[in-house]
Amino acid sequence: MTAAPIISVQHLTTAFGTHVVHQDLSLDVYPKEILALVGGSGSGKTTLLRQILGLDEPRSGVIKVFGRPVHDYTGQDRIALTHRWGMLFQAGALFSALPVFDNIALPLRELHHLPEALIRDVVLMRLSWMGMTARDADLMPSDLSGGMIKRVALARALALDPELLFLDEPTAGLDPQRANEFVELIRVLHRELGFTVVMVTHDLDTIGALASRVAVLAEKKVLVEGSLETVMATKHPFIDAFFHSERGVRALGATAAKDVNHGKP
Amino acid sequence: MEVLYGFDILCMTLSSISSQSDSLVVLGDKACRLGGDWNVQALAVSGEVDRRMALLGRARPTTDWDLTGIAKFDAVGAQLLWKRWGGVLPEGIALTDSQRALFDVLAQYPVEQSPAAPAPQLLDWVRGIGRGVFVGLEHGLGLLRMLGGFMGDFGRLLMRPSRGPWREISAQVYRVGAQALGITALVGFLIGIVLSYLSAQQLAVFGVGQFIVKLLGVATVRELGPILAAILVAGRSGSSITAQIGVMRVTQELDAMEVMGISHGQRLILPRVIALAIAMPLLVLWTDAMALIGGMIAAKLQLGLTIQWFFGQLPDAIGIKNYWISVIKGITFGAWIALAACHFGLRIKPNTESLGRGTTASVVTAITGVILIDALYAILFNEMRI
Repeated sequence: MTAAPIISVQHLTTAFGTHVVHQDLSLDVYPKEILALVGGSGSGKTTLLRQILGLDEPRSGVIKVFGRPVHDYTGQDRIALTHRWGMLFQAGALFSALPVFDNIALPLRELHHLPEALIRDVVLMRLSWMGMTARDADLMPSDLSGGMIKRVALARALALDPELLFLDEPTAGLDPQRANEFVELIRVLHRELGFTVVMVTHDLDTIGALASRVAVLAEKKVLVEGSLETVMATKHPFIDAFFHSERGVRALGATAAKDVNHGKP
Repeated sequence: MEVLYGFDILCMTLSSISSQSDSLVVLGDKACRLGGDWNVQALAVSGEVDRRMALLGRARPTTDWDLTGIAKFDAVGAQLLWKRWGGVLPEGIALTDSQRALFDVLAQYPVEQSPAAPAPQLLDWVRGIGRGVFVGLEHGLGLLRMLGGFMGDFGRLLMRPSRGPWREISAQVYRVGAQALGITALVGFLIGIVLSYLSAQQLAVFGVGQFIVKLLGVATVRELGPILAAILVAGRSGSSITAQIGVMRVTQELDAMEVMGISHGQRLILPRVIALAIAMPLLVLWTDAMALIGGMIAAKLQLGLTIQWFFGQLPDAIGIKNYWISVIKGITFGAWIALAACHFGLRIKPNTESLGRGTTASVVTAITGVILIDALYAILFNEMRI
């Protein structure tokens, strides 16, 4: 982890009115890692993600993306920045008026100068990655199942082959089998395309299967960050409740069981 | 790598480098060496893809490829080369590890070509007309069914008035009626002035200025007032009802109601139709009054007729039957606008495009329908000699 961080959040403070969400929060994301942001409901995980994307502005603090404060990217720079990242929204956020093909082709067409033949190849390749066929390309988002919406949304996020991929609850709303398939898909693509992933998730299976590093958001800051083992070895009520619960033990298997044995008084 | 380095020198000495290609594609007799950026940003320049494809096109099938000199490379650039090679990695290619991984991904996932789009057929427009007729019939049937459903709900409401959605009705009356007073007053007043002003000029030519009361009174109360108010309400409240019900479809609220056993007819359609049927005749009378006030002022300025005289002449000029025609038209138009708005609202599919189209269709249908119903009334009242 000696490389320069790709995202660097420094001394971030966020508040809605008098309700403080983040207080002096700092977090770095390094190239090619898969960082899982974990925290209870209302701990500001999605807010942090939105701030990194420049959708929301923090009260104070700096968020650097690719070495520059994200709010300094304006005009052409901002557009160039958006070509380097992709975001998978929780509910997919597919354009409901456009068929699957046009949804994925939209970021490519927005570049204005790519010929339609190449766009077609790229879109069909993305669909193929997602295990979907050219026949699915004509479907409308309203005809898709939850799992397919996630996959099309991921295909759209990956359309420009971004260096940085944000995932907001990638497996929420999927059945266990679909969730496993989706996690495996992200894992394979991450290995082969080498992008950096920042994901927000509640799902312990997803964390166990994907995350190379975990950052726990609690008490308005990053409580602990590091490998899953490091995080689980930390003594804190939230971590106990989250990782060492019955569900957590089941999901994380041996790692958790070992820790529970050590951790119990 | 030494061997490849040797190729480089060979390429550089033997190749004919086109000046504009820089070092993107260096083509030698035996080897083709790629350099520069081959990512989506570099390709997204006007004509760039065609230019590069042309450069690549000059390579022979036996050419040895070397991609190790590429600075920035991504899946889109890889896709372009992949297409040039016809979906197979050429033999003897020199790649970095990450490039090889990328081509592995492309090779692993075969792209299935979709069947070509069917060619546009002759006489498609005939089919289009036929489809239009059937869609129109379908809408007509749907509206008729909705009217029937409303009558049933209305009957049940009369049987057990205590269980009626009165709170919802009163809220809707306020929303579609009270809040529309301003705009209908403004439009009515201005139209009254314009109409009175133009008629006064013509009547003055014949020296029968006093007939302005009869002309203005009958025209406004019997025709213009109801039509004006209906068009404004269709644009204002019809569209909002359609959009509101449409968004309820998008957010699955309609499904939730159905699951809970709450009928759309009872909770959505009934209160809106009743509210508009109550508010609309009141709005029509309000618009009539405003138009007449505007007319009075214009008549005073243009013809010198006093307000008091004008006012005194009105009851005789209009007559009680025209007044009731105005009220009946108001009730019919109001119910029609609400029914059309609910019909199109409930047919909206959960996507943004359908929402926009449904709202437009609702307003257009409501206004067209209002004019049609008005024409029917004209024929009816003519036959009845009133």
